[in-house]
Amino acid sequence: MKAPPFQYRRMETLDELLGALAVHGEDASILAGGQSLVPLMNLRMARPELLLDINPLTELSGIRVEDDRLVIGALTRHVDVLNSPDVRRHASLIADAMPHVAHDAIRNRGTFGGSVALADPAAELPACCLALDAEIELRSQAGLRMVPAVDFFLSAYETARADTEALVAVHIPVQKGTVPFFDELSRRRGDYALAGLAARVSITAGRLSDIRLVYFGIEDRPLRAKAAEAALETGDATAAEAALEMDIDPIDDPQTSSAARRQFARVLLRRAVDTWLPRDANDD
Amino acid sequence: MTDALDITLTVNGLPVNRRVPVRLNLVDFLRHELGLTGSHVGCEHGACGACSIVVDGAVVRGCLMFAVQADGAVVETIEGASESGRLKPIQDAFHDRAALQCGFCTPGMLLTAAALLARDPSPDRETIREAISGNLCRCTGYQAIVDAIETVATSEGGDD
Repeated sequence: MKAPPFQYRRMETLDELLGALAVHGEDASILAGGQSLVPLMNLRMARPELLLDINPLTELSGIRVEDDRLVIGALTRHVDVLNSPDVRRHASLIADAMPHVAHDAIRNRGTFGGSVALADPAAELPACCLALDAEIELRSQAGLRMVPAVDFFLSAYETARADTEALVAVHIPVQKGTVPFFDELSRRRGDYALAGLAARVSITAGRLSDIRLVYFGIEDRPLRAKAAEAALETGDATAAEAALEMDIDPIDDPQTSSAARRQFARVLLRRAVDTWLPRDANDD
Repeated sequence: MTDALDITLTVNGLPVNRRVPVRLNLVDFLRHELGLTGSHVGCEHGACGACSIVVDGAVVRGCLMFAVQADGAVVETIEGASESGRLKPIQDAFHDRAALQCGFCTPGMLLTAAALLARDPSPDRETIREAISGNLCRCTGYQAIVDAIETVATSEGGDD
């Protein structure tokens, strides 16, 4: 189908965007890459009265390193994150995740900030933000607000961003010596994940510490498996798998049962542990 | 705020000026306003890749951009890419390997394959499959398409 009627405004400056959001925030949608918003409009599942097109705001695009943080501008295209040496060096979890984000043509247009702001429960990047202790930079006419990822993702497609705020960048602590793991299970490459794991650890002499296990596609938001993390910290991978029972309560849908997702979560954890501690070192 | 805006862009090397409704998507603009019907309209929600076009050098979904967003852009469709000759080796390979049947997905497949070969002149089959994973074909079963792209990769590599 075609998108329902809407009003359209091309934003030339960030101030113009914040002004428009202050007045129209509730009825407006920000149009970035449009790779999720426009399908939703074409399917008539979204009917924004006003589109605020931020594509001309090049100031919101780009990746930079500031002190000990990697800062990814909201309008940075997925393809540029995928190819960024800075992302590979300082947040390799995201570099590992990017090939799983949709397909080439979608990555040419879709944006980092758009994916984070949409907060699709099956999306890769919100989970990476949580696993890397990222902070989300929001701006409005009232000023600037930094929201930790753990407080940002509230529910499916719901975030801490107010209607009057724009997500302008994501700040990620530069990863020093952490080892990432990223994998997801889907029916076909590029499809929505039925279950995924974005994780990172520090490894010292065969022991894991500073563990973050973040599952996505399992519940209504990316979710830290803290009981499994604690078990893994003691070196007991079997106990970590069992502890997942306490951490997750997977959604049930007609295609994939809750029990299947539970199994997927265990499989992903096993793959992660095997990656971090290869079998021969892991065995007694 | 209006329901229509003036846009100026370049399409297949030619300047275009039009006033377009803001809700008109780019592929419908190309097909209905400019008569460039080589880009196809399949799913209209970004899943099938039949509407693939090149905007400022990158292959994108024509159904997920509004025509007003192409103001100032350089757009190339399958017509322009064919006429320039840049797709000739891939088109020949598709013909030789019977990599098309109904042809609906073919324009998108060709543009996607060309983008792959531009950044990786000798991709393996896994890489080819990955690259075309966003373009659906309901006829061929993909084997012949992968064969065709692999043929071009091999032959161009052999010319060096």
